[in-house]
Amino acid sequence: MQQRTPIEEQIDLPFVESLRISFQSLKIRFGRSIITTAGITLGIAFLVSVWTNNEIGIALQESGRQSTINTFEETTEQGISTKDIWLIIMSLIVCVVGIANSMLMAVTERFREIGTMKCLGALDGFVVRLFLLESGFQGFSGALIGALVGTLGAVLLGLKDYGLDLFFYFPLLPANPEDGPMQLGVIIIILLGCILGMILAVIGSSFPAWRAAKLPPAEAMRTEV
Amino acid sequence: MADIVVKTEDVVKEYRMGSNILRALDGINIEINRGEYISLMGPSGSGKSTLFNMIGALDRPTEGRVYIDGQNMSQLSQKQIAAFRCHRVGYIFQSYNLLHVRSAHGNVTLPMIFAGISEKQRNEKAEQLLDMVGLGDRMYHLPDELSGGQRQRVAIARALANDPSIVLADEPTANLDTITGREIIDLIKRLNTEQGVTVISATHDLKMLDVSDRIVDIRDGLVERIRNRDEIEIEVGEVGGAGH
Ligand SMILES: Nc1ncnc2c1ncn2[C@@H]1O[C@H](COP(=O)(O)OP(=O)(O)OP(=O)(O)O)[C@@H](O)[C@H]1O
Ligand SMILES: [Mg+2]
Repeated sequence: MQQRTPIEEQIDLPFVESLRISFQSLKIRFGRSIITTAGITLGIAFLVSVWTNNEIGIALQESGRQSTINTFEETTEQGISTKDIWLIIMSLIVCVVGIANSMLMAVTERFREIGTMKCLGALDGFVVRLFLLESGFQGFSGALIGALVGTLGAVLLGLKDYGLDLFFYFPLLPANPEDGPMQLGVIIIILLGCILGMILAVIGSSFPAWRAAKLPPAEAMRTEV
Repeated sequence: MADIVVKTEDVVKEYRMGSNILRALDGINIEINRGEYISLMGPSGSGKSTLFNMIGALDRPTEGRVYIDGQNMSQLSQKQIAAFRCHRVGYIFQSYNLLHVRSAHGNVTLPMIFAGISEKQRNEKAEQLLDMVGLGDRMYHLPDELSGGQRQRVAIARALANDPSIVLADEPTANLDTITGREIIDLIKRLNTEQGVTVISATHDLKMLDVSDRIVDIRDGLVERIRNRDEIEIEVGEVGGAGH
């Protein structure tokens, strides 16, 4: 049996080509992309609204105003109550689990597609890059909308509790730590929400995509969802 | 001396399920010549698809070696395997495996994108291939908008995108009616005779018998026998005679 031309190495795809494929994929799967993105939006909106709501409460109590309904709460001198800390931690967990789940589902239904692309000559790295780009975009837009919606929700709640006073004492910027309990301010919370949403979306998508890309294509293509 | 394009040596594939080990291939030795049309036949569960995956580098054998063009596949790097799948082999599956987010045209261009072919060239090639399989007027339809037979034609066009020397087909007609199946078989046979592509097809479909050069009967993960064309023709005659 004679040796033919040796098998060359597969080339790496230029970045623009990956970008184009990922956007096309988001566009055609628009309905499905929206649902996945909505999962991110919900998680971040919940977290940001709880957190912002909490900061609004502290800021207005600092100012000496009293909530019309929350007067009986055992707020410590330091401002933030254990109950509030738990609420924020719980909402963080809900957010992490919700986003990870929604990304994982979106990738799992595409195992067959991953296997097929590998049959056509895709490198593992290309598959991962594709999911990185798609989820990065979904994560950023979903989290930004979520953060804005969450802030809006907290503001509406604050208006209900404190009336227009809210706007005089609105904790937009970080408070001076010497003045009292740690307060990040709404701008930082929005920013953190966006970053968190994006990181969670990217990890939640790329990690399973990487696992699927490492599988032999025959196995990846067997999965039926 | 015949030019051997695929050779398997004692290929064993075991699937582990919990504590059970299932031996899907139990030492397969076959040699396939360049330009041949080979059908792998055998009852369901006999190991046809498993062998198909070994030959196409879609999975690794547990033991044994697969040589393609004299190259031991287990010695290739990741990047070489990707290039092998991209350039040397065209795959056709029972369930078409088209990317449903890409049009017929987009499916056919994808392997050429992976091969680094310029946009202009790949568009031309895709149009030419889709024309050849009779889908010149359906190029920009999504797979969901095509019939089963049309989807399989797209898959065939896609398999040919980078001029492979081997086409691997796993039950390409199993989801199609008799007439459409016949058309697909004729199309694959045409590639074989006109372009000299080596065709290796797993199948249950008796229509495949009379286009095959050789038939490899697989049973329980072993090669039961290999029949040549002349032996097949007699049998097809008998089958035909008994049917009338
Ligand atoms: N990934 C897997 N995990 C476990 N067992 C498997 C796997 N793939 C195949 N098998 C088993 O290996 C054996 C051979 O399967 P294979 O798919 O090769 O059969 P086949 O000849 O292609 O059958 P069919 O004609 O139904 O397609 C079967 O018993 C099957 O259950
Ligand atoms: Mg099979």
